[in-house]
Amino acid sequence: MTDARTPAAGSPDNAPGAGLAADQAAIETVFREEFGRVVATLIKRFGDIDLAEEMAQEAFVEALQRWPRDGVPPNPGGWLTTTARNRGIDRLRRESHREAKHEAAHHLYGEEQDMPVAPVTSVNDERLRLLFTCCHPALATDAQVALTLRLLGGLTVPEVADAFLVPERTMAQRITRAKRKIKAANIPYRVPRDADLPDRLKGVLATIYLVFNEGYLPQSGEHAIRTDLCHEAIRLGRVLRDLMPDEPEVAGLLALMVLTESRRTARVADDGLLVPLDEQDRTTWDRTLIDEGHDLVRWCLQRNRPGPYQLLAAVNAVHTDADSVEETDWRQIVALYDQMYAVSPTPVVALNRAVAVGEVDGPAASLAIVDGLALDSYHPFHATRADLLRRLGRTDDARAAYDRAIELAANPAEIAFLTRRRDALTAGENPAG
Amino acid sequence: MTQYMLSVMGREGDPQPSDAEVQQIYQRVDAFNQKITAAGIWVFGGGLHEVSTSTVVDGTGTDVVTTDGPFSEAKEFIGGFWVLEAPDLDAALKLAAEASQACGDPVEVRPFIDEAQFLAEHGIDA
Repeated sequence: MTDARTPAAGSPDNAPGAGLAADQAAIETVFREEFGRVVATLIKRFGDIDLAEEMAQEAFVEALQRWPRDGVPPNPGGWLTTTARNRGIDRLRRESHREAKHEAAHHLYGEEQDMPVAPVTSVNDERLRLLFTCCHPALATDAQVALTLRLLGGLTVPEVADAFLVPERTMAQRITRAKRKIKAANIPYRVPRDADLPDRLKGVLATIYLVFNEGYLPQSGEHAIRTDLCHEAIRLGRVLRDLMPDEPEVAGLLALMVLTESRRTARVADDGLLVPLDEQDRTTWDRTLIDEGHDLVRWCLQRNRPGPYQLLAAVNAVHTDADSVEETDWRQIVALYDQMYAVSPTPVVALNRAVAVGEVDGPAASLAIVDGLALDSYHPFHATRADLLRRLGRTDDARAAYDRAIELAANPAEIAFLTRRRDALTAGENPAG
Repeated sequence: MTQYMLSVMGREGDPQPSDAEVQQIYQRVDAFNQKITAAGIWVFGGGLHEVSTSTVVDGTGTDVVTTDGPFSEAKEFIGGFWVLEAPDLDAALKLAAEASQACGDPVEVRPFIDEAQFLAEHGIDA
């Protein structure tokens, strides 16, 4: 990583270099995992997002100086929180010539200097507060996602910008504007009351899923998968499930994410190529995550209040239930997509349904549906068409469709996969089937 | 507490309400006003005459220029407003929803600058 928070590691007492590199990577991992907790705890304490963020950053710089020398402390999150809090108190004291801040600093310094770090459960509550604040409907969706990634996920602004293919400056402005609105408009730092929860929850679920998808299928950068984003989204999903154990869509989203995640290592080959579902080595799928996902889906079925996340999770449950693509219950998947289309009649749902139809009724039936969809700028549409045309032996049409899909795709593993398929066509290696 | 302005957004070409409708709107708005007054959060508010009654005064140049009509040629305009106090944006949005239902137009919610905070941010000693 090359950003503002690393230079501190270059100080002379951090030599030798080889050991340092490993330490630095480990510290960055810890930091990424702890950032949301630290920031959430500090916002609660100081009531100021900017201050919380800056102090968390400073604590990290200090960790980069100390930990390679002294070792990572047993409770790194607690260490970071205490260090950041003390820095924040120092900052407020320095600025205490203004009367209001003087009072705040006096209060904080006098009473909280030696207070132990709050236990984990209340930190989780803080993170939820922060999540609902970041996902407040008064903020634009892109700002919600950006704030969540920055403040809860601990991504740097350049990383968030990179994740969404916008210039760093644009993303910095977007985040600054959003934080300014939270402060000026007094967007509350709390989990909404029961009556408001269902509405507000939709935005939170959508944001978490966007984070997950950005990790699962990054649209830019050299990485085929951003494991950290997937893990962050799942972690947020688990926190949400702990707090709202009776919400079927919360369980549905968590199930969807863990079932998708269970196949992650099988999904990209060593050479960086995307491995399609029918070619994946199913023995490498993560059984623990699959079991967790299936339990959640069963729980949802008992509730009988299906929503879009639960239905997608159910589709993934059918996939992860089968030992091979042939043993997959495709009729069940078509039925689930039928249900989804009834709730959300979008061309993307229709496209996914058509793929399943192709497995039940053959590629011609599937292509007839696909050709009727207005999705010309959506690369999975062209990738799906290309595959169907290939299976029907229409090589020239398939090649054109692959070309269009490659042109529109952004993920490197996907591009590599589509290119391989197209080139295999040229070499005549794909008989109609 | 934060002070918010709730602006009633009228749109050019909106149908003119009948007298009976106007009466209903007045009753609903009056009930809303009484409610926020009783709650102690009313600061100020009122309805405005139509846009054609406005005059713009521009003193930013060497001469003061006075012109007939609104400042911007926007298709939307402020028909009236409330200034009220609410503990946070969620509370203000709830009130705005009631206000919008009462007056029959969309309502824009905007926070007032907190003077002490503004002065501190800009390094101005009070």
